[in-house]
Amino acid sequence: MLALPSRHRSLALLAVVVFAQVLLLAVQIKRGDQVRLIRLWSVSLVAPVQRTVSWSTSKLQSGWRSYLGLRSSAQENAALRDELARLKLRNSELEGRAAEADRLAALLGFREAHRDVPMIAARVIGASAAGASKTVYINRGENDGLRRNMAVITPDGVVGKLIDVYSDAAQVLLLSDKESGIGALLADTRTQSPVGGMGEPLLLMKYVTNDEKVSVGARVLTSGQDRIFPKDLPVGTVASVRPGNPFQEIRVRPAARLDQLEEVLVLLSYQELVPQNAAPDATPRSAVKPASVPR
Amino acid sequence: MEIRTQADRPIEVHKFYSGAIFGAAALALVLQTFLPRKLPGADLLDLPLLVTLYFGLSRRNPSTGLLLGMAIGLLQDSLGHAPIGLFGISKTLVGFAASSIGSRIDVEHPASRFFLTGLFFYLQLIVLVVTRRLLLAQPETLFALNQLLAALVNAVLAVGLFALLDRLRKS
Repeated sequence: MLALPSRHRSLALLAVVVFAQVLLLAVQIKRGDQVRLIRLWSVSLVAPVQRTVSWSTSKLQSGWRSYLGLRSSAQENAALRDELARLKLRNSELEGRAAEADRLAALLGFREAHRDVPMIAARVIGASAAGASKTVYINRGENDGLRRNMAVITPDGVVGKLIDVYSDAAQVLLLSDKESGIGALLADTRTQSPVGGMGEPLLLMKYVTNDEKVSVGARVLTSGQDRIFPKDLPVGTVASVRPGNPFQEIRVRPAARLDQLEEVLVLLSYQELVPQNAAPDATPRSAVKPASVPR
Repeated sequence: MEIRTQADRPIEVHKFYSGAIFGAAALALVLQTFLPRKLPGADLLDLPLLVTLYFGLSRRNPSTGLLLGMAIGLLQDSLGHAPIGLFGISKTLVGFAASSIGSRIDVEHPASRFFLTGLFFYLQLIVLVVTRRLLLAQPETLFALNQLLAALVNAVLAVGLFALLDRLRKS
């Protein structure tokens, strides 16, 4: 027989022998569903470990995917921000172009409506360096047929006149300049009075007597007497009326947006602007300068 | 009954003639399968238990005691129809416990042999019942009258059998 001297060894041997026989029994015994006990035990032992491992693996995979997704999202987010910035810029550019297109369409419409009047479109390329004066520069000059004192208008109304003309540019004195003046009249009463600038956004209608009834909102048109601006072009509307001595103090809001000019029309000759629908054959077609858009 | 501990006198470890343990165990197993068919009431006997118990108490070595118990128990299982290991486990524990006790108290006296046999019969019974309940899911009565009767019969038989087996010792 095997002799093991130590008591601990005996206990260890006992444990091993009993355990081995328990396993032996487990191999033979079948439970109700014909599953061997050893298999049942093995599954019972392994299943929690498998569950733990599976859970851990699943969590790890999920965490890793989340991390990767987060990284990807961050990169995608940065790319989208860049794209958004580019698109905002592009949108702003397109909005500007759309607005420009609208303005040009208005110019073209106006131009088409007065096909018999020679005029040329020009783009405002700069303003006066002196703060007090109200002038702008346009991109047309002598080479395009421009001369001093030619009228500058927009479809909305009168802008001013050319005071200096260069080969490829010209300076426009705006109606709002202190030295500016224009022959005008009140549309309702046909009362004539020059309108001049004050160096402010509003214009001043100078010589209307106190007994003349002028209402706020009344339209002011060109009278044609200055031989620069054709008759009946919109100058503005009466913004305020105050009795004065000896004349009323009438403030006129310009019809043209003098502070937001971008494209203008230069009338190449002094000729009354009558819409073609109203007087289709007022002027021979040969007098019409070909339509053009600002460069 | 006189049970003297190791503190009173040194415990003697007995040796046996070669083949005595093997022969006794084989004979016990054969008789265990043979007698119940020929002798009414012989099914109460557990000769393999008595052999395990005797050599465990005499040899007083826990390792050899448990290995002897395991061998006899497994052989007993193999001769029956129950799953192999039931008697193996119980007799392994009996062999280990008997060897451990044998090295601490005097087990030569007939009275102590009687009581120890009854005690170990119930130890084996408890282990069997617990094993059956846990592994086979078979509830079994622990304290029944026939079990008590079997314990008494085996205890009485042990007194005579152990005296007979004492003759196999080397003097």
